[in-house]
Amino acid sequence: MSLLASRPLEFRDPERARALVGALERLTAEIGRDRVSVMHVCGSHEQAIARFGLRASFPPALDVIMGPGCPVCITDLPEVDEGVALAEQGVRLATYADMLRVPGTSRSLADAQAAGARVEVVYGAAQAVELARAEPSTELVFFATGFETTAVATAAALLAGPPPNFSVLSAHKYIPPVMEIVAEMPDTRIEGFLAAGHAATITGWGVFEGFVERHRIPVVVAGFEPLDILAGLVGLLELIRDRRAEVINLYPRCVTRAGNLVAQEKLWKVFRPIGGRWRGIAHVPNGNLRLRDEMAAFDARRRFTIDVARLWTEAPAALAQQCRCGDIMAGIASPSDCALFGRACLPESPVGACMVSSEGTCKIWHLYGGHPNLREVGP
Amino acid sequence: MNRDERVVMKHGAGGRAMRALVSELFVAGAGDVPGADAWEVGLSAMDDGAAVRIGDRWLVLTTDSHVISPLFFPGGDIGRLAICGTVNDLAMMGATEVLGLTCAVIVEEGFPRADLERVQESMRAACREAGAPVVTGDTKVMGKGELDRLVINTAGVALCGRVVRDSGLRAGDRILVTGTIGDHGLAVMAKRTGLGLQGDLRSDVAPINGLVRRALVAGGAAVTAMKDPTRGGLASALHEMASKSGVGVLLEERRVPLSDEVRAAAEVLGIDPLHVANEGKAIIGVRPEAAETVLAALRDHPLGARAAIVGTAIADHGGQVVLDTGFGKRLLPEPEGEPLPRIC
Repeated sequence: MSLLASRPLEFRDPERARALVGALERLTAEIGRDRVSVMHVCGSHEQAIARFGLRASFPPALDVIMGPGCPVCITDLPEVDEGVALAEQGVRLATYADMLRVPGTSRSLADAQAAGARVEVVYGAAQAVELARAEPSTELVFFATGFETTAVATAAALLAGPPPNFSVLSAHKYIPPVMEIVAEMPDTRIEGFLAAGHAATITGWGVFEGFVERHRIPVVVAGFEPLDILAGLVGLLELIRDRRAEVINLYPRCVTRAGNLVAQEKLWKVFRPIGGRWRGIAHVPNGNLRLRDEMAAFDARRRFTIDVARLWTEAPAALAQQCRCGDIMAGIASPSDCALFGRACLPESPVGACMVSSEGTCKIWHLYGGHPNLREVGP
Repeated sequence: MNRDERVVMKHGAGGRAMRALVSELFVAGAGDVPGADAWEVGLSAMDDGAAVRIGDRWLVLTTDSHVISPLFFPGGDIGRLAICGTVNDLAMMGATEVLGLTCAVIVEEGFPRADLERVQESMRAACREAGAPVVTGDTKVMGKGELDRLVINTAGVALCGRVVRDSGLRAGDRILVTGTIGDHGLAVMAKRTGLGLQGDLRSDVAPINGLVRRALVAGGAAVTAMKDPTRGGLASALHEMASKSGVGVLLEERRVPLSDEVRAAAEVLGIDPLHVANEGKAIIGVRPEAAETVLAALRDHPLGARAAIVGTAIADHGGQVVLDTGFGKRLLPEPEGEPLPRIC
C-alpha cells in the first residue's frame, strides 16, 4: 500500500494517475494470469470510468466489469407496471426523471403521461411531499426507486410527517445482498469488488465484512474521482495478488466503518428487506426494500388496488426480446455485444432500461463515445 | 427528414440534424441554377461562407441571422453579436479585410426605442473594432406577437489573396484555439437560469478578424484550415472539420483553455464546455513546423492571450474526435446540436 499511503490523494492529477496505472500494470504482471476480473456495482463508477476514458489506460489483462449498479435499470418490470397501472387508474404520480421512459411490460410512465395520466418529475422525496401538500385534496403517490442512498431520503420524508394524501410505492433496492448473488453465480469470474463510496457512506464499510468472510473475495470501497477509482483498483489488485480477502476503505474522507447511524436508524425504521426480482439479474433475497407495517398508512400498495394484470395481456415489443440489458447488468456482456446498441437502441429511442437511465451502462457508453477501448489511438 | 415531419429546435442547433436538413433541403439541386458553378466555394461546401475568384483575388460572401434570447447578456447584446457573427465568418474563410456589411432589422411592434438605440450603438462600436462598415440595410416592423422582439440579419463581403477552408486539415497538423472555450454559451445559460454565480462569467463575443490576420501573416500557407466553434461548440466544429477533411482529431482536454468561471458554471449546470457556443474564438489548423510561430503571433494580440495548441489531426479515426482526458482516451461524440436554443 506504500504508493497510496505515502501521498494524500488529490482529485484530478494526471501525473498521479500515470503512477497508479503503472502500479496496475506491475500488479497484473505479478498476478501473472491472462485475465483478472473485478466488478464495480455503481453507475457513478461507470460514469467516471467512461467520462475520463480510463478503460484505455487499464492493462489489457484487467477486466473491469460493470455490475448491477443502476437502480433504475434493475427496477423490475412488474414494479414499473405498478407505477404505470396506478397512473392509468387516475392517481397522481411523482417520480425521478430517469424512471419516465423505462419500459414496462407494455408501456412506460412516459406513455401513460402522453395518454393523459398525471406523472410529475421530482428531484427527491421531499419535493414529492411538497407537491402533495400544495394540492391536499388529491392523492399523490411517490414512486420511489434507488438504492440505500435515496431510500434514506424517502425514509426521512416519511418520518417527518407527510400530509395524509401522500403515499409511497417503494421499488427501493439494497445493494449488499446482490453482491452475494453475483459472487455465487456458478461461472463467476469476479475476483474482487469495487464498492460504491456513496452507498457505503450510509451503510459503513463494516457492512461488507461478513460478505468477505463468506465468499473469500476482497472488497475495496472507492470514491468517484478518476484517482479514487485507479487507487481503488490498485488496492483491489494488491489484495488479489496477496490472496487476502479483506475490506479496505479507500474513501476515508467520506466513509467510516459504522457509517451514518442516524440514516441507518431512519432507513430500518421505515423499511424492511424482502426478497424480490431484480430486472435481468435474479431473485435477490433481502434485495428489495418495502415499507414496514408501522408505515402501512403511507404504503401505496395497501392504500390502492393496483391492477397490473391488464398490462400483461399485450405482447412486449419485438425489439425488447433482443435487448441484452440483463446480461449487461450481470456483467456477462458489454453494450457493444448487443446488436441493438447505438443502432435501434439510442437515448432518444431506448429499447432497454440501460439506455434510459443516466446511470445505465449503455447510456453512459453512448454519451462518452460508444466504444471505450482506445488503447491504440495516437498521433 | 420526410415531408410529414415538422421542423423542431434541433434543426437549428448547429449539429447533425441541422446539417441534414440544410443538405437535403437547401443544398440538393442548388447547383442547377445558372451561375452557381462560377463559385469555387459554393452552397454545397457548407463552409462559413462562399468564395469566387476575381482576377488574382477571391471575393468572399457570407450571411448570418441572429435570434438570441436574452437580447442583452453579460459581455454583449444582439447588435454586437450580429456584427461579429458575420465578420468572423468572413475571417474563417481567410478574408479579414471587410469591404462592407449589410444589416436587416425586423422589429416587433411595441419594442422600446431606447433598447433599439442601445443595440444600434453596440453595432456601431463592433463595426469600429472590426474595421467593417455597414453600407446598406433594411428595416421591417411586424405586429405584436408575430415575432419575438428583434431579429437581425447581416451579410458581408471581403476580398482576400487566399481562401482557407474548414476542410483543409492534414494528418500531423496541430490544432490551435485562439482563447478560452465555452464563455458565450455558459454566460447566456447562467443569465437565463438566473444562476447567481459569482465572478465574471461573460460572453466572449468579439470581432476576431484582426486576430486571425496575425495568424495568417505569421503562418502563411501553413495555416491549413479554420472554423469558428459557434453553435455546438468545439465538439461540433472539430467533428465537421475532421469529417470534411477526412482525418481524425486527437483533442487533449487538459490543454483546452477554460476560465475559472466557465469551469465552475459547467460543473454546476452539468454541461460540457466543449459542447457550448463561442462567439469570439477560432479553431486553426497549422502545419506542425509553423504551430509555435502562429501560437506566438496569436498570443501577441489582446484577444489571443490565452491561445493554445489543443490537439493534432491524425490519419486514423477519420471523421472522429478522440479525447485524451489526461487519464485515458475516449471518443468525443458529435453532439446532436447546441444544448441551448437561441444562443446566437
